[in-house]
Amino acid sequence: MDEALVIAAHGSHLNAESSTPTYDHADTIRATGAFAEVRESFWKEEPSFREALRTVDADEVYLVPLFISEGYFTEQVIPREFRLEDWDPELWDSDGTSATNATLTAEDTDQTVHYCGPVGTHDSMSDVIVQRAESVTGDSNVGEGFGLAVVGHGTERNENSAKAIQYHADRIRERDRFDEVQSLFMDEDPEVDDVADYFESDDIVVVPLFIADGFHTQEDIPEDMGLTDDYRTGYDVPTTVEGHDIWYAGAVGTEPLMADVVLERAADAGADVSSAIEQVREETGGGTTAAGD
Amino acid sequence: MDDTHVEAFAEAASDGIAFDGIEAAVEGGRYVVETAAESETTSIADLDGLAASYPEYISNWYFWHAKAPQAEPRWAYLRWLENAESTPIPDRYDQLREGLTTTWGELSITVTLDEDDERVYDLRHVDDTGTDADSLDAYDDPLDARTLAKHDDRDRYRPLKTAPTLQSGWMFPELGPTELVQTVDFFYPATISNWHRDREGELDVTHWRDTVDRQTGIYGVVKTWDRGDGYEHVNWVAEACCDDSQCLKRREWQYDEETDLDVDGGSGEFPCREPCSLVIAGARQWTKLEGETSQTYEFELTPSEKEQIEDIIDAVADGEADDIREADIYEGANRYRTRFLRAKLFDDEGNPGGETEQ
Repeated sequence: MDEALVIAAHGSHLNAESSTPTYDHADTIRATGAFAEVRESFWKEEPSFREALRTVDADEVYLVPLFISEGYFTEQVIPREFRLEDWDPELWDSDGTSATNATLTAEDTDQTVHYCGPVGTHDSMSDVIVQRAESVTGDSNVGEGFGLAVVGHGTERNENSAKAIQYHADRIRERDRFDEVQSLFMDEDPEVDDVADYFESDDIVVVPLFIADGFHTQEDIPEDMGLTDDYRTGYDVPTTVEGHDIWYAGAVGTEPLMADVVLERAADAGADVSSAIEQVREETGGGTTAAGD
Repeated sequence: MDDTHVEAFAEAASDGIAFDGIEAAVEGGRYVVETAAESETTSIADLDGLAASYPEYISNWYFWHAKAPQAEPRWAYLRWLENAESTPIPDRYDQLREGLTTTWGELSITVTLDEDDERVYDLRHVDDTGTDADSLDAYDDPLDARTLAKHDDRDRYRPLKTAPTLQSGWMFPELGPTELVQTVDFFYPATISNWHRDREGELDVTHWRDTVDRQTGIYGVVKTWDRGDGYEHVNWVAEACCDDSQCLKRREWQYDEETDLDVDGGSGEFPCREPCSLVIAGARQWTKLEGETSQTYEFELTPSEKEQIEDIIDAVADGEADDIREADIYEGANRYRTRFLRAKLFDDEGNPGGETEQ
């Protein structure tokens, strides 16, 4: 039976580039031929969450949220808008970073939907953060002599937002690859504004855990960290701030290896995509080893 | 004719074929065929005879059973593009050779037959219908439609795919049937599916009240805008956002199941089944703004100044402000005229002069 992949992302009424990473990762997966159909869908753009399922013919759909954390969007908005019957967040049995998947029926189309946890809390996301650090430094062995800051929103809007940041920071720290790993936040301590205070290393890679580049990653964070007084004038990579070289990576979600995390989510839910995973990891620099430690 | 077409036709004929004006069966080892154009049954001995006698019927049967996407909405859409239900073979093939053009929103779709009688679809902006192919940028990958749909002719971001602001200057000259419906769906997502549901009488409309009731988070506030005493505010929303000048979908949603809105839903070919995210985002802002109490402000305008303010509002609301020429001071919404009005009437705080709150 044909199977489809539907990616659910936020999108934007104002920012044309918000959808770009979603399109890019969808295209990477399309090219593998792992699914009969791949379709992007958006909260703020079209096809909307309400109508995305009817744009695919397959009876069986893997639905992967391109969101960073578990919470309001993944537990309330997406299941409601996709009309997933009998959804209950308990089905994921998650502590905030351990969502799995649930098989449900869409009320309006009768399609079987394997509703997966968001990309942001999948273990393989740690690999993408490290890969982002490699991309921004141009060094595939980056680690020694470097600190790594993983940056998130903080808990103001969603308590699980900070959890996802901490989770990956802890996992990467355990690998002993970087001299220091620290999670930083935009709206709570430890704040990204004081990035230099939290590291001893001369070089610090800063990776914001956001899906798309936009206001926060392109304007707020660079200005808050002192990379520039005015984001419009740009900044160097690295920029020296208080004696540290700051390598600012921009949104992790733009890293091509993100396509792998989408596939991993579908694979965990039962999709037969192992060769696609291998192909995507090969193409996007993720190597051929399985995700995780 | 391609041998595989007639072979597939012959194989299907053993179970009986009745499609688009041709009936075929196998009796006593011979093919028995009857078409709508002929009143008598013909008996044919072999495949070559079949191919020679009914090339158009066979190629048509093959297209609809082996080439066109089989999912019902897509299949029905492609049939609609060539008036298949009302135009019989062979007339339809004559029309297809000439090219049959259909408008879908701002898209112009022309289906023709190539030298092998295979259907080929040309897709372009409706404003480019008569434009020479050499002066249009040619594309062949349906995914490119996403990029073309993102910005208008002035490179402004289009948050609403069905806004009548699709850029022109491009063409998809030779799409196959599957690629054609994919491309249309990238320009106007879900319009084919919803059009089909509508045709079948199965469009699942979600009216304003139900849409608003399910909102949560920052949009939950919109629920408080309905106070059970009329729906005039929703008329205003629909007039502001859903008019044909703003969106090419035909609004099918109303205030609720029993209460139709008073404003026109538009004449679009494809339906709108519920208030979209732009409408809800607008409604959130209006809910807040409409919570304010009216006050009386007093300042004086000449009759021409009052008229000018009306002109400015019209120009902005109709998206015509940018079209007013710089030196056209006869237009109320001209920039110099408007700057003069501001210089004369507004004080240092940006308030209209002599404003008093009563």
